[in-house]
Amino acid sequence: MSRSRTERLVNLVICLLSTRRFLTAAQIAATVSGYEHDADDPREHEAFQRKFERDKAELRELGVPLEIGTASIFDAEQGYRIARRDYGLPEIPLAPDEAAAVGVAARLWRHAGLAAAASSGLAKLRAGGIEVDEQATLGVEPVVAVDPAFTPLATAARERRAVTFAYRVPERDDSTTRHLQPWGVVCWRGRWYVVGQDTDRDAPRCFRLSRIIGAVRLVGPTGAYSPPPDLDLISHVARWSGPRERSRSARVLARPGRAAGVRRWAEQVDATPDGDVLTLRYAEPHGLAAWLVRYGPDVTVLEPAEVRDAIVCRLRDMAGLAEKLATPGEVPAQSAAAGVGLEVNA
Amino acid sequence: MTRPGTTSSERLARLLNLVPYLLARPGVEVAQAAADLGATEAQVRDDLELLWVCGLPGYGPGDLIDMAFDGDRVTITYDAGIDRPLRLRPDEATALVVALRMLAETPGIAQRDAILRALAKIESAAGDIADAPIAVQSPHGGGSGDDRLATVSAAVDRGRALHITYYTATRDESTERVIDPMRVLVVADRSYVEAWCRRAGAVRLFRVDRIDALTELDEAAAPPPQAQSTVVDEQVFRPSGELPRITVRIGRSDRWITEYYPVESVDEITPEEWLVTLRVSDLDWARRFVLGLGPGVDVIAPPELAESVRGAVLEALAAYS
Repeated sequence: MSRSRTERLVNLVICLLSTRRFLTAAQIAATVSGYEHDADDPREHEAFQRKFERDKAELRELGVPLEIGTASIFDAEQGYRIARRDYGLPEIPLAPDEAAAVGVAARLWRHAGLAAAASSGLAKLRAGGIEVDEQATLGVEPVVAVDPAFTPLATAARERRAVTFAYRVPERDDSTTRHLQPWGVVCWRGRWYVVGQDTDRDAPRCFRLSRIIGAVRLVGPTGAYSPPPDLDLISHVARWSGPRERSRSARVLARPGRAAGVRRWAEQVDATPDGDVLTLRYAEPHGLAAWLVRYGPDVTVLEPAEVRDAIVCRLRDMAGLAEKLATPGEVPAQSAAAGVGLEVNA
Repeated sequence: MTRPGTTSSERLARLLNLVPYLLARPGVEVAQAAADLGATEAQVRDDLELLWVCGLPGYGPGDLIDMAFDGDRVTITYDAGIDRPLRLRPDEATALVVALRMLAETPGIAQRDAILRALAKIESAAGDIADAPIAVQSPHGGGSGDDRLATVSAAVDRGRALHITYYTATRDESTERVIDPMRVLVVADRSYVEAWCRRAGAVRLFRVDRIDALTELDEAAAPPPQAQSTVVDEQVFRPSGELPRITVRIGRSDRWITEYYPVESVDEITPEEWLVTLRVSDLDWARRFVLGLGPGVDVIAPPELAESVRGAVLEALAAYS
């Protein structure tokens, strides 16, 4: 933007803020510096109109609330003004510790998608007279990341617009096109999800943002739907009821100096001539077996039989032995390894 | 790429901020204003020159924005009505509100009370637009305590060197180390201490849940000058090209590893057979990894890994016969 255009836009804002009456385009052209032209020359007039349209669009993009109306009921032509109460940031009485928290928060987006929005928001707070300490820390620095789908989905949820996107779950072979009325975006345990009404399934669904492939398209009008009145976004994603109770106890023989990863969970360690006997608490035999099997011959399960059988069965399967033992309800290894205690639909 | 702060709308936004900013701080240094508004000093001087010729229609001496200079300091004497910054836009309100919610949910964070107070005030100032349909929660965050993290961050706060017992999963060993902590990080719900490790003679990230014991030493943490913080993004483990590469054949039920580990390539041969290649920091770790995946996985490369997996299975099985 040229200097003259910037200057003109600042003058336009000042003029429209200062007027109570709605000013028509012609009145603006006659008063605001930078719009001078011969209104009787069709070409000049057309150029002015184009210029004025561009300028209005620029101001709207910046968030300037342009009000449209007529000065009196006798006026046919629309005019413009900016209402002070809609334009100005209200006073925000932030105490120093609160301002410091805002400063730390704005820095969170350094590596992620909303960095520009956060720093322009912070600049407005400063312009509003708030002193924000750049150096403040809160002991712990969170590192935040958002997936590319975050911004369009957050916008869609705010504007209540439907979206469509391609989605791929690792267990499925192809991506599918999904149609969703997003209610909100959720960060649960450091991962991002979108929750909403799946209009293909006609049921609430949540989707992991990292599994969305390509662009999220916003479709249809704004305000197209209403989320349920008593919506609890987190409850659609989180299926975590706290750590599982480890009520059972197993004894495992560990080779001396080996299996450090198992030893650190041992409730008790007894040295014996054969090695160290570790006492471990566990919730469920197959989960424990899937974890212990990682340590190969460094650990041998002594008791109880349910864990011993589970690990022997696993080892036999891996050795390719024919006699497969049935293990109904076996817990897949990933739930033990990843510690993932949540379920994601679709 | 344009230089930051030079695009059209950025400059207009800055100009509209600059007047109320200066109004709130009579006699502020131009350099300070530049730093606070994310601009260079030269940009702010240009901005001031431009503002000087802007004002109310009529554009006479009493209508133009006016300011007084005193060396490097500037005071606005007439604001032509731009006495407040613009309201927050929806994206700005979302960025600040969501960041504050994330801070409040960060395990071990100090000043949670101030964060929540700030959040309430920003939300109320932003009105409806701050009603961002974005929720953040961590089972370890908020008020619920993670004792180990609390102990570690308190010790880091006091600026002491620490003696720790640390479990290294890649080598399956517990070691004793003295570290000079630099900062505490939380990445994707997991906490780390970044520290100078005297044993390794390098900066290391230590996972807090693997610090099995900790003693505060009677000496100050003193990372040497060469101890530089690493830039950490969401991927804490960045496999380098020098690490051993392994390839495994997996079935459908093990496809989750392609989401959970930074894999180098995935070759989808058939729906039931994927070849997954990844870098590992240690082949012994790779053996435990493959053993943990279970019967549906075959090691394709390297042959010594396939050998050691099979050997481990047979040897472990022999102990039960």
